[in-house]
Amino acid sequence: MSAIKKSNILKTGESTWSFHGGIKLPGHKDMSTGKPIARMPSSDRYVIPLNQHMGAEGEVLVSTGENVLKGQMLAGPHGLISAAVHSPVSGKVAEITQHRFPHPSGLAGTCIVIENDHKDEWVERNPIGEDYTTISSHELRNIVRDAGIVGLGGATFPAAVKQTEVGIETLILNGVECEPYITCDDMLMRERADGIIKGAKIIAHIIKAEQCIIAIEDNKPEAIEAITRAVSRDGSENITVQSVPTIYPSGGERQLIKIITGNEVPVNGLPADIHVLCHNVATSYTIYKAIFEAEPLISRIVTITGRGINSPRNLEVDIGTSIHDCIEHCGGYSNDARALIMGGPMMGLTLNTDELPVIKATNCLLVTAGIDISLPDSEIHMPCIRCGKCVDVCPANLLPQQLYWFAADKDYDRAVDYNLFDCIECGCCAYVCPSQIPLVQYYRFAKSNIWEQERERKKSDIARQRHENRLERLEKQKQEREARLKKKRDALSKNKSSRDKEMDKKKALIAEALARVNEKKSKQNTKAKNTENLTPEQQQKIKQADARRENMKKHENQ
Amino acid sequence: MMVVIITLAIIAAFFGLLLGYSAIRFRVEGDPVVDKIDAILPQTQCGQCTYAGCHPYAEAIAKGEADINQCPPGGEAVIIALADLLEVEVIPLNAEHGEVKESKTVVYIDENTCIGCTLCIQACPVDAILGAAKHMHTVIESECTGCDLCIPPCPVDCIHIKAVTPTLKTWKWHRPEGGYAAPRAG
Repeated sequence: MSAIKKSNILKTGESTWSFHGGIKLPGHKDMSTGKPIARMPSSDRYVIPLNQHMGAEGEVLVSTGENVLKGQMLAGPHGLISAAVHSPVSGKVAEITQHRFPHPSGLAGTCIVIENDHKDEWVERNPIGEDYTTISSHELRNIVRDAGIVGLGGATFPAAVKQTEVGIETLILNGVECEPYITCDDMLMRERADGIIKGAKIIAHIIKAEQCIIAIEDNKPEAIEAITRAVSRDGSENITVQSVPTIYPSGGERQLIKIITGNEVPVNGLPADIHVLCHNVATSYTIYKAIFEAEPLISRIVTITGRGINSPRNLEVDIGTSIHDCIEHCGGYSNDARALIMGGPMMGLTLNTDELPVIKATNCLLVTAGIDISLPDSEIHMPCIRCGKCVDVCPANLLPQQLYWFAADKDYDRAVDYNLFDCIECGCCAYVCPSQIPLVQYYRFAKSNIWEQERERKKSDIARQRHENRLERLEKQKQEREARLKKKRDALSKNKSSRDKEMDKKKALIAEALARVNEKKSKQNTKAKNTENLTPEQQQKIKQADARRENMKKHENQ
Repeated sequence: MMVVIITLAIIAAFFGLLLGYSAIRFRVEGDPVVDKIDAILPQTQCGQCTYAGCHPYAEAIAKGEADINQCPPGGEAVIIALADLLEVEVIPLNAEHGEVKESKTVVYIDENTCIGCTLCIQACPVDAILGAAKHMHTVIESECTGCDLCIPPCPVDCIHIKAVTPTLKTWKWHRPEGGYAAPRAG
C-alpha cells in the first residue's frame, strides 16, 4: 500500500479517477433547495433514543424527574465504540422508557423523554475557539467523543473513534450527497461553508493530515462556489475543493476515496490503511460547533421532501423532535402521499408510522406519492434471468446475482466466499434488475443470519465448555466420594481387628481370673485352718454354739 | 540377479522404516471426525437424539451407529452441515426425536413456587441453574440452552418455558417473500 502521491490528487475541474459501476439517477434535488434552511420551532416533548449510532448503547446518567439543561449529557459513551446523547432543551426528564424509534427492526429501544420548560437554559459552556491548535489530539478527540458526534452521512459511526493520528496524510470531506432527493449537506455547504472549513481544519489538526480535499458532486454548483469562497476567505493552502461526477453512489466512502485518490481501500481494511480519513461535511460542521461553541450534537439539518409533502424544504431540527411535527411544519402530507422513508429512495428505511423521533441518522424524510418511485424494500419479484446487469453496476465489484442465489439458498459460506460483506447495500443492483428482485433485502437477510450463526456458534462453544466442566466436576465428585467411602471402610476394618485383639486380651484375662478362682475354690474345699488342732474345750464350745444356732432356727421356724 | 533382489530388498526396507517412523512421528491423537461433528452440533445437551449429550451423539455418528437426522434443536441447518461434512445425502429430520421449535426458548423458575429441592440443578447439563438446598433456585438465562431437561424432575412444576424475543442486538432481517425457490447454483 503505497502512500498517495501528491501528483495523484487532482484539482478542481480536472478529470478524476472513477470506480466500477454506479448508475445515473434523476436527482429531484431542486424540490427542496428553493428555500433556505429554517429552524424547526421547539416542541414540548423530546424522545431521545440511546441507540442512535453504531456500537454500544450509552450509559444513562440522569434519572426520572431530574431537571436538565440544554446541552447536558443524558447518557455517556459506554465502551470503545459508543456515543453520548444530550438534552436538546432545558427541562425535566419525564421518563426513561422503551419507545419506538427509527430502526429497521421496528423494535422499541431505551429512550429518555424530556419535557421542555421553554426557558432555553444552557449548561455551562467553555468554548475553546481558535486556541484548539494548542490542544493535543487526544484531548480534542475526547471533546468530540463527549459531544456525541457521529458520522452524519448515514452510517452514524462515532467520529472520534476513526480519528486516528497515525499515518493519515489526506482528509477527505464528503459533500457528495449522491442519493436523490437529499439536500441537507448541499444546503449546509451553501449557507454555513465557513463552519465546515473551520471544522475541516480542526479534524486535520487532530489527525495531523497534510491536506484536506472537499469533494462535491458537480450537480451542486452553488455549494461548490460557496465552499470555494470560504476556502479563499480562510486562506489556507492545504484545502482544495474537488468536484466529482454525478454518479450514484460516488458518496460511498470507498467509492469516493477511489475517485479522489485512485487507490482502493483493501478488503477487510480501513481507509487509514491507505493514509486517508473520510468525514461528512455535516460531521465537520458539528465538530466546529463543538470546539467553537461547545455545543454538542443536539440538532441536525433534515431534508423534508418528496411529492407527498406539501411544502418541501430543509429544516434544522433538534434531535428527539417528533417526525410527525416536522412534516406538519412543512405543510403536512399531500392527498396522494403513499410512503414515509427515512433517508433516500435507494438506501432509506421505510417507516410505518411518523410517531417516531428524529435521530442523528435522520438526514432526510422522504414522502412518496402515487407511484413516483418504487419502494426500496418492496418484496414482489420475478425470477432472476441472469442478465448480468447487476454485475455491471455494482460499485463494490461484486457478483450480485451469485450473491442472490447463495442468499436465497441460505448457502452462507459461499456468500461469504463471494465477499458478501463488501456489499455497501447501495441498491444499484436492485434498481437495474429487470425482475425487480429486492436484492439488497436478500443480502441483509443473509448478513444478519450469518451474524446470528456466529453468535450461536459462540454460545454453543460456551455450552460445550460448561457441559464438559460439569462432566469433569461430576467425575471428580464421584472419585472423591469413592475415596471417602474407601477411607471409611478401611478405617472400619482396621478398628475391627484391633477390637478383636482387645476382646482376646479380655477373654484371656477372664480365663486367667476364672482359673484363679477355680484354683482358690479347689483349695477352699479343704477345712479351714483355724478349726484344726483345737482343744476339747474349744470343740465343746463349738458344739454348744451349733446347738444354740439349731435352737434359734427352731424358734424362728415356730 | 542377486544384485536386483538385494537392491529391491534395501528399497523395501528403507520405505518400510520410513512408513513406520512417520506412523509414530505424525500420529493423530483422538478422532478428528468426532470433533468436527461435535463442532456442528448445537450443544444443547438435551439428549433428544437418545444419546447422553452432543459429544456421545457425535461419536455414534462417526461410528455409523446413528443417523444424522436425530437432532431437533439443530434442525435442517445441522443436517445440511453434517451431510456436507460426511458426504452423505441430506435427509429430513426424524420426527421420533421431536420437532423443531418455532423459536428458541429458555426456561425460567417461578420463584414463589420453588421449594429448593435441587433436582433441577442436578438435571441441568450446562450448570445454568443456581441455588442451594432449601433455598430458591434461579436460571441463568444467558447460559440456558433450552434443553428442557430440568422440567420433568421438578416436583412442584415451577419451571416454565418462554420464547427468546429478539432484541435490537439480535433481531434479523427476514427473507423476502414472493421469490422463487432457487436451484443450487454451481
